[in-house]
Amino acid sequence: MAFVDLRNVSLTYRLGKESTHALADATLGIDKGEFIAVVGPSGCGKSTIMKLVTGLLPATGGEVRVGGELVRAPIKGVGMAFQNPTLMPWRTTLDNILLPMEVVEPHKRRFRRHRAEYVEQAMKLLGTVGLADFALRYPWQLSGGMQQRSNLCRALIHGPELLMLDEPFGALDAFTREELWGVMQALWLDKRFTGVLVTHDLREAVYLADTVYVMSRRPGRIVLSRKIDIARPRTLATTFEPHFVEIVHELRDRIHLEHAA
Amino acid sequence: MNRELRREILRYAMPWLVVAGLLIVWEAACIVFDLPEIVLPRPTKVFIVFWQRLDILLAFCWQTLWTTLIGFVIAIAGGLLLGLAIGASPFVYSGLYPLLIAFNAVPKVALVPILMIWVGVGALPAVITAFVISFFPIVVNVATGLATIEPEMRDVLRSLGATDTEILTKVGIPRAMPYLFASLKVAITLSFIGSVISETVGGNRGIGFLMLSAGARNDAPTTFAGLFAIAVMGVAMYAICALVEKRMTRWAFRGQIVS
Repeated sequence: MAFVDLRNVSLTYRLGKESTHALADATLGIDKGEFIAVVGPSGCGKSTIMKLVTGLLPATGGEVRVGGELVRAPIKGVGMAFQNPTLMPWRTTLDNILLPMEVVEPHKRRFRRHRAEYVEQAMKLLGTVGLADFALRYPWQLSGGMQQRSNLCRALIHGPELLMLDEPFGALDAFTREELWGVMQALWLDKRFTGVLVTHDLREAVYLADTVYVMSRRPGRIVLSRKIDIARPRTLATTFEPHFVEIVHELRDRIHLEHAA
Repeated sequence: MNRELRREILRYAMPWLVVAGLLIVWEAACIVFDLPEIVLPRPTKVFIVFWQRLDILLAFCWQTLWTTLIGFVIAIAGGLLLGLAIGASPFVYSGLYPLLIAFNAVPKVALVPILMIWVGVGALPAVITAFVISFFPIVVNVATGLATIEPEMRDVLRSLGATDTEILTKVGIPRAMPYLFASLKVAITLSFIGSVISETVGGNRGIGFLMLSAGARNDAPTTFAGLFAIAVMGVAMYAICALVEKRMTRWAFRGQIVS
């Protein structure tokens, strides 16, 4: 069975008398170490999938399993990064990145006594994303791109099996965004976690993912699953190759179909 | 001296210049319009009286100051605890919030006679009034700080497996601190109002009592001296609170540090 397994999952939000059918009948499997992307028209319930997989929202119908276990409550130790970097302004970048170590077992128990060891680990990770010199700065002293790098570091420091990314590069300028695709890919090639990326940038999805899922308009269903058969590591040059462009067009056409309907 | 520096000095001197100007205008108006002292004493007269009665003024200032501060400190402790409880739990919020608003709507001066029945005249009603009047803004601010945690931040922590207590200590409390310190500036001023009201209605010591009794003797300069004393204490305490705020939550003033 797949590492993350969604079977006929649906979700209805209820707010007073109004109910919103956000997700209908989603079925998909993500293998261990696979990196998938979910794309679709805005408001189609892409982010809902993330919340369902991590157990932050209970599904109204169907089954969500992670690592064979039925998800009923928030599952522990997942890495998460959002469009908003949500770094704590009262902590330095380094202390922000160490946050998961203070919360996740077994690090939590060891943290106080083995702080130096964890700091070294965090510094190494910061080094790989080019932030070693900024460890002691506060988040608000960093640029948007740097904040998002720190955010990725915080999501990965505790070596999660599952990384959830909700439009993490959405608020960045195009150059920084493309640069961070490379950073993200390098991190994934190094650590091979299972990744779920929610995005509305099709090039980003194709660049980073092994499989791209296209969702329909609300209530969201999965209408296309596309394996990305492009060798890694992919580079920016790859994004201009005909095959890459062809896949992007194929995905775009499918989404346009949704908008037209 | 260059222009930049002169402007800078002027900027710092401005508050003092304005106060001095106001006093001069006041003094001049008293002389020109020949106002009777019982209506509006001249500032110089007030300062002379201030100096003559320094011993009793200082003693009564001290009385007002310590009752205010004790009430204020209790308000910080109580307000922080209740604010955290209200901000962290929707049940405590829905249960206590309406009651708090109703309580805050009661004019505190109406409480003093009741307090006097319960605890008598003197320092205790002043402490209690200072506490009840400054308690509310602290509660509201701390609760607001907790309630405005970004949902994404909460999601990040929950998906790491953090407990509610961990979310409170790692995010909630640090995040509520700037709100707490901001409320202290309001609360300390209110505390003074509380203790002085209490001294005025039913006290036997303190600046409020001094002003009331001086007023009853038609001794306007002493009343004004008391007024000045309260104003000075109020400004000093406000300045201390503002300083503590800046020290404790530098990150919340980031714009100023960067620039």
